[in-house]
Amino acid sequence: MAVVLEKNKYNLHNQYKAIVIGGSAGSFQVISKILQHLPEDFQIPIIMCLHRLKDVRNGFAEALNIKSSKIITEPEDKEHIRKGSIYLAPANYHLGIELGNTFTLSTEEMVNNSRPAIDITFTTASYVFRNKLIGILLSGANRDGGLGMKRISQRGGLTIVQEPKECLIDTMPNAAIELAPRIDYILTTEGIIDILLHLHKLYVAQV
Amino acid sequence: MLEQEIEISEIRLITDLIRQKYNYDFTNYAMSSFKRRVARVLEVYKMDSVATLIRRLDADAKFFKEFLTEITVNVTEMFRDPTCWIAIRDQIIPHILQNNNHFSIWHAGCSSGEEVYSMAILLEEMGILDNVRIVATDIDHVILDKAREARYHLKSMEVNKKNYTTFGGKFSLEKYYREENGKAVMDKSLVRNVEFKEQNLVTGTPFGKFDLILCRNVMIYFNQTLQNQVLKLFHESLFKYGYLVIGSKESLIWCELANKFIVVNNEDKIYKKIRD
Repeated sequence: MAVVLEKNKYNLHNQYKAIVIGGSAGSFQVISKILQHLPEDFQIPIIMCLHRLKDVRNGFAEALNIKSSKIITEPEDKEHIRKGSIYLAPANYHLGIELGNTFTLSTEEMVNNSRPAIDITFTTASYVFRNKLIGILLSGANRDGGLGMKRISQRGGLTIVQEPKECLIDTMPNAAIELAPRIDYILTTEGIIDILLHLHKLYVAQV
Repeated sequence: MLEQEIEISEIRLITDLIRQKYNYDFTNYAMSSFKRRVARVLEVYKMDSVATLIRRLDADAKFFKEFLTEITVNVTEMFRDPTCWIAIRDQIIPHILQNNNHFSIWHAGCSSGEEVYSMAILLEEMGILDNVRIVATDIDHVILDKAREARYHLKSMEVNKKNYTTFGGKFSLEKYYREENGKAVMDKSLVRNVEFKEQNLVTGTPFGKFDLILCRNVMIYFNQTLQNQVLKLFHESLFKYGYLVIGSKESLIWCELANKFIVVNNEDKIYKKIRD
């Protein structure tokens, strides 16, 4: 009984189809730490949109791979989202999700001064996954991702932002808190790791 | 453009109207980006709904031309992804030259012409500009006029210069343009062998054979059905052992004709046609 209670600490379920994570200035260490603590058999696909230099194509995924037990790749256009995979939006492309669970890339104008823009990844993901999506927004110096979190929340997905006090720059999480009708959890890095590990238990229990 | 959410049923109304009235077929464009483009048009023209847009499209043929310009993505750079241009200069073109002194290039979806100028500069610096026939096509005649004019914002030349340096150009990019009223005006003699021409990849048929086709970051706006169709067009338009260059994060592996090509350079997505 105690185990069940512990599992339900966050009122989670095991029907989520994807997790999207957005971050900008000050998010690299956070995301690195989160990835480091993910178990190798973590099943829910994770799609990351992190602001990055437009003209540096290589090195970012590699840097994130160093400490992660799972392999992080940059998806190609039309690639299928696979269970257990972790994806990173490539440099100088917007990364969207298309109905049918494939990735779709675009070189459209920058959004919120960014390409990739978190709002594009989050809004398209929320359109496809509806309430079966988890959105996590981390530290950052602009408001990209705020609108995306609003959409995820409106469609019944789970919304988590990094505790602004812990953020190197809190503009981004604060934008989400301001725009989204509901933010389910405001958590420190440790808290985000904890919730993901709880989630993992629910999925492992299912198998 | 992300604020307004547009329904797929509304997109269908737009594509149906355009197909019937103007004979442009956007049915098989990738849905998520096409939705954003339509939302962008609503924003730019301050329209309150898709119904308003449809009425305008139905009533005003001139407006349709503007719509066409807005709906297509025209974000481009000179020497975008410099490693790709290095590969073209150091591997691909030397291979083509082994068999032919003279050859031909098709820029499919040339937009405002930056890529065409990049190629012309590359060929000029290899000393073979007059050995090459280039055809540059785009769906939108307004953007083709921009390509013909080749007057670019000085601000955009910053990234172009940076790319050119990384590419290892022989001179400085300034050699190829003069400044005029805050614009960089390209040296037109570079495109003396270029034919700019309106063409829609969706409904287009082959109009020639080429040794090299560049179509970078165009097919990402198409769904799989349309990608298959366009790849068929490229396959027919390439000589055997000709090359196809697509965007660095595009892939042919999901396409039906993938087995008629081999990957020559996976990092920069350069393919070679190996079967008719």
